[in-house]
This record gives sequence, structure tokens and C-alpha cells, in this order.
Amino acid sequence: MSGIPHDHYEPRTGIEKWLHKRLPIVALAYDTLMIPTPKNLNWWWIWGIVLAFCLVLQLVTGIVLAMHFTPHVDLAFASVEHIMRNVNGGHMLRYIHANGGSLFFFAVYIHIFRGLYYGSYKAPREVTWILGMLIYVAMMASAFLGYVLPWGQMSFWAATVITGLFGAIPWIGEAIQTWLLGGPSVDNATLNRFFSLHYLVPMILVALVAIHIWAFHSTGNSNPTGVEVRRTSKAEAEKDTLPFWPYFVIKDLFALAVILVAFFAVVGFMPNFLGHPDNYIPGNPLVTPIHIVPEWYFLPFYAILRAFTSDVWVVMLVEWVTFGVVGAKFFGVIAMFGSLIVLALAPWLDTSKVRSGRYRPMFKWWFWLLVLDFVVLTWAGAQSTDGIYAYISLIASTYWFAYFLVILPVLGLIEKPLTPVATIEEDFNAHYGAKSHPAE
Amino acid sequence: MRNLFISAVASLALGTGAAFALGAEGHEGSIVDVAFSFEGPFGTYDEAQLRRGFQVFNEVCASCHGMKYVPIRSLGDEGGPAIPADQLRDYAATLSIIDKESGEERPRIPADMFPTVAGDGMGPDLSVIAKGRAGFHGPYGLGINQLLKGMGGAEYIYSVLVGYEEAPACAPDDAEGYYNVAFTAGGVPDACKDAKGVSTVAGTWIAMPQMITDDVVTYADGTPASAHQVAEDISAFLMWAAEPKLAARKQAGFIAVLMLTLLSVLLYFSNKQLWAPHKGKKTA
Repeated sequence: MSGIPHDHYEPRTGIEKWLHKRLPIVALAYDTLMIPTPKNLNWWWIWGIVLAFCLVLQLVTGIVLAMHFTPHVDLAFASVEHIMRNVNGGHMLRYIHANGGSLFFFAVYIHIFRGLYYGSYKAPREVTWILGMLIYVAMMASAFLGYVLPWGQMSFWAATVITGLFGAIPWIGEAIQTWLLGGPSVDNATLNRFFSLHYLVPMILVALVAIHIWAFHSTGNSNPTGVEVRRTSKAEAEKDTLPFWPYFVIKDLFALAVILVAFFAVVGFMPNFLGHPDNYIPGNPLVTPIHIVPEWYFLPFYAILRAFTSDVWVVMLVEWVTFGVVGAKFFGVIAMFGSLIVLALAPWLDTSKVRSGRYRPMFKWWFWLLVLDFVVLTWAGAQSTDGIYAYISLIASTYWFAYFLVILPVLGLIEKPLTPVATIEEDFNAHYGAKSHPAE
Repeated sequence: MRNLFISAVASLALGTGAAFALGAEGHEGSIVDVAFSFEGPFGTYDEAQLRRGFQVFNEVCASCHGMKYVPIRSLGDEGGPAIPADQLRDYAATLSIIDKESGEERPRIPADMFPTVAGDGMGPDLSVIAKGRAGFHGPYGLGINQLLKGMGGAEYIYSVLVGYEEAPACAPDDAEGYYNVAFTAGGVPDACKDAKGVSTVAGTWIAMPQMITDDVVTYADGTPASAHQVAEDISAFLMWAAEPKLAARKQAGFIAVLMLTLLSVLLYFSNKQLWAPHKGKKTA
């Protein structure tokens, strides 16, 4: 499967040969699990396993929760309370599912920023990166759909606001919004289809994740040096790599266990801390909450959505040039989706020939500024839109676009990168020391 | 007109959980921190306090508030009020319900829910109010108070119940509702706003009159019923009503943390041993 030479599965017994001839499924599992992995991977490479675990966790808890949930506007809220009070272990299931979403996004953000720092998105791993972005978008869709299901105040109004984004599209927007909602406003039809889609999207996620893994198993993992595994011969490849099983499985499981300690501390001791209290008020179309705030993991993009108000000169210019077709609201929507598109285009916007940020002295500063920018956007998304917050959101949003559209392309041209190590083996030995040979 | 105002205030109160302390309009200073027994990783409910709180709910709150998501039988749960089964049946029988199948009125049984109370002048349902009113997040909306002091919906309920004060001088005598320093989701008379329309007083006017006073109930267990004691007890009871599985959850969380810590240690050493043959002494 991988382009890196390594041992392949050989059926030995009769039954193995019989099966292998008909369906080489054991070979597939073997090659997937035994893939040669760069042995210098650091701890930033453990989040993939955490994400795979989150997906399974959400599927398992979600399937059981669905057995007790009722997708009807009059019954949804009550059925969630039924889960919390009467279903055996239901309160744990629900809190694990709700906080599992937060862990999922926490992990995906670190995973994405790791890719940005080490240049994992660069050739030949662009397809892996694009698939990752699709996974991220599917995650957001799934999280949003799921958040609507308990039918609390924030559920109801989040559905109203987010589908309203589509309503901002000129001419056809209203029709699209009505089509999405199944009627003129958020109602029973909306809840029903959101429940159905909340069950469907994770299936798509499973498929995307499988292809994502396939993609980086074809190119081989990236690694902190950005230097490729030597692959002219098996002996040479083995100097740079170790098989995924057991070396990286055990390492990743250790990291996962540590992360789950923190996760279960949150679930056990403060399960509602990351949620919004208003969602314990049944959804009411007649009462609009003063602040409609999405879950924390949407806040950076919510901040970008709200940052471009009608008094910003770019917005005014665009509105004037388009004869008012692209107003402030639609501009905000374009900015929000645009912020994801520039992220997805990183492989083509980054002009640097050196892959890893480790060898890029100027890039490092801009990268950490982007991390800070992301934190500021998260915070700003939860604040009101007046006064100083509007400026902070606007500046932070501008930096997000500037990083991808200006800084990444220009840096590659003006920066003088350091010389990366020659091989992964060299990097590994520098960090952990060379294997001691008994003969020496 | 008065009813209209009350329902406006009530519906506003229903819908604005987050309003109390987010940003400029918040007056979170008036929310008092109470050291409830159920705070912290090992805190559990005080059964005697929940029983007192239930008495307050039954004698004071239940006339205007329902608790439609809470099954009456859960009053008997261990770690909750733990009311004996016979007393539970007697209590349930004092409430009536229209039977779904026969369509006739009958006494409730423990398997039924607490009554639904709705209509003009009635208050919001109290089933999960202690979780729905946990929305004051401390400075800059970072949830610091919630995280460090364990402040949540129970503190909010307590603060509102003891937050009734003499109306400020700016208020007209016929101001609708009751002045409360902890309640920020209600209305403020125009006379108490500055030229920009910003309120000049702490708190707002609430539709619910002051119900909790000294000796409003006579406790069965003989505890002196000061207003603060009563407010604490009913707040604790409502927290239990909103989160009856709190003790089981903390226990499960603690065991999970313990087991996973153990697993982490084992995996740490497994990992170390596994990698040892491939790592040597540092050359650099």
C-alpha cells in the first residue's frame, strides 16, 4: 500500500491461502497496521489516534442516545430529560457525547495546526490535506446538526441563525433556506431532517476518514523534519522507520489515555461547563435570547462572520462595486466560508521549498501569531459586537486571511531557510541517540 | 396591563439565561457565592437539606411553578431527598392528574411527573432551572467563577430569592414588578435610565414577588427557617431536581480518572520498554 518498501503479508496456512485468493482482507489489515512510520515522529503526531477514537466514541454513544431520543418539537426536550433521568447510564452517555464533540474539535484543531507548522500539507500530501478539510467541514456540519436536537433555546436559535446564512445569498438564498428548513421557519420538519442528517453525516465521516488514512498511507507519513523516508531499498527504509504496530500504537495509546484522564475529569466534574446554559430552556420561537452564541469550537469562524460589518471600507467598496448585491451580511458569509477555503488552499499558497517550519526562522513567528490569532478569534466570537470587540474581531479576521493569502506566498520567496538534516535517522539519533550495537 | 407586563417580564426571564453577566449589561457582583455541599469533585447533596428544600418547594413554590420533567418517584432516590416510599405515595396522592387513557381525573402515583403549571401569572417550570440559569461566567466571559468557586445556577437562584430590596428613589411608585438586585433579565422603569437609555441601578424589576422571608415555612426537622436558610435549601433542592444523577456522575468520573491514570502509567512504561532498544545515548 505504502510507497515505502517493507515486508508484506504472506498467507501460510491452507485457510489463509484460501481466503487470500478470494479476498486479501488480512493483507490489507496487515499492510495498514505494519506501515513503516518515520521513527522521529514527536508528540504532536498523536492526535490522529485521538480523532479516530473520538469518531468511534461519538458513533457508539450517539447510536445508543438515538434509541431514546424523540425528534419532535413537543417531545425532544422531554426525551433528553428522560435520557438524563430514567435511562440507565443515560446521563453519562449524553455528557460523554456532548463533551466528546468538544474533544473532537480540540483534537482536530491541534491536528490541523500541527499540519500547518510542519508543512504536512505540501506535495505530495495535498490530497490528504484536502480530505482532512472535508472531514473538518463534515465534523462542523455534524456538530451543528446535533446541537439542534435537544431543542433548547440555543438549539432553536442556532438553527435559525445558521440557516439564515444561506438566506443571505442573493436571489436564491431564501429559497435555499426554506428548502433546508423544510418550511418558512425552524419547526418540526427542521428537527426531523436534522436528526436524520445527524445520523447520516457521521457515516460520510467514516468514509472520508478511511480515504484520508489511505491517502497518507500511500505517500507515507510526514514527520517533524519534513525530509522524506529513504525508499530505494527496504534496508535503507528501515533505518528511517519503524512499523506502526506496535511502536506507534502503544505510544499513541499512552497519549490517548492521558488525554482521556482530562476528558473524564470534565465529563465527571464539570459536564456543562463548555455548553450554554440557555440550552436547558426549551426552545421558544417567540423569545430571542439576547446573545446567541455557538459552541466554543465555532467561535473563531463566528467572529469572522460578524467582523465584517457595513461600516468597514472593504465591505462598503464591495457593496458599491456589486451594485448592492453583496451587502454586509452576505460579505460576512463569504468571509466565513472563505476563511476555510484559504486554509484548504494552503498547499498551493505556501511557496517555500522547505517543508518543515522547524527550518524556517521567519515562518515560525508568523505561525505562532496565527495560533494566537485563532485564540483571540475564539474569545472574540463569544463577546458582544460593539465597541472594542468589533475592532479586535476585524483585526484578527484580517490576519487570518493575510497569513494565507500574503504571508505564506511571500515568505517562501524572501525567507532564507536553514538546511534540514539529511535523513530521518540522523534526526532521530540527534534526539534519542543511536542504537547501541553490541559489536562496537 | 399588569398581566401583560408580568408575562412580558416572565417570558424575557425565560429566554435570557445568558444575559445576567455577559458583557456590559451584567451585574454579576450581586450573585452571592454560597458554599453548597454539592460543589467540587467529591461534593454530594445533603439529604436533610434536600428534604427541607422539598418542603419549601411544596409549600411555597408549587403554587406558581411546575416541575414537569421530574418524576415524583425520584424523591425517593438515594443521594437525593431519600423520602420513604409510603410518604412518597401519600404525597403523590395529594396531587391530581388527568389520566391519559381514561381521560378522567385521578390521584397521582410516584411514577407520575410533578405537575405542569402554566398560564397567566404562573412562573417558569423549575425542572432544570438550576442548569438553565448558570449563565454568569465571571470576568470577560471566561467562566472563572464557575470554574474556581463552583458558582452556578444554585447560587443564582439563591441570590434572586434574597435579592429583593427597597426600590431605588428614581423608581415611580407604580413601577410594575418588584425590584431585585440579583435579577438582570427584567425591565427597568425609564426614570431609572440615563440619557442613553442605560440603567443607572443594579438589578431589574422581576414579576415574582418576594416569597422567601424568615419563617415562611416551619421545618419538620426543627432547623430555624431564616430567609437565607430557606433560600439555600430551595436552591439546593432545585439543583438536585435539575441534576439528580450528580453523585453517580462524579463517582463514575472519578473511577474513570483513576483507572485511566493507572492505564497511562502502564502504557508509559510499556512504551518506554518498547522503544528502548531503538534509542541509545545521545550523540549530540
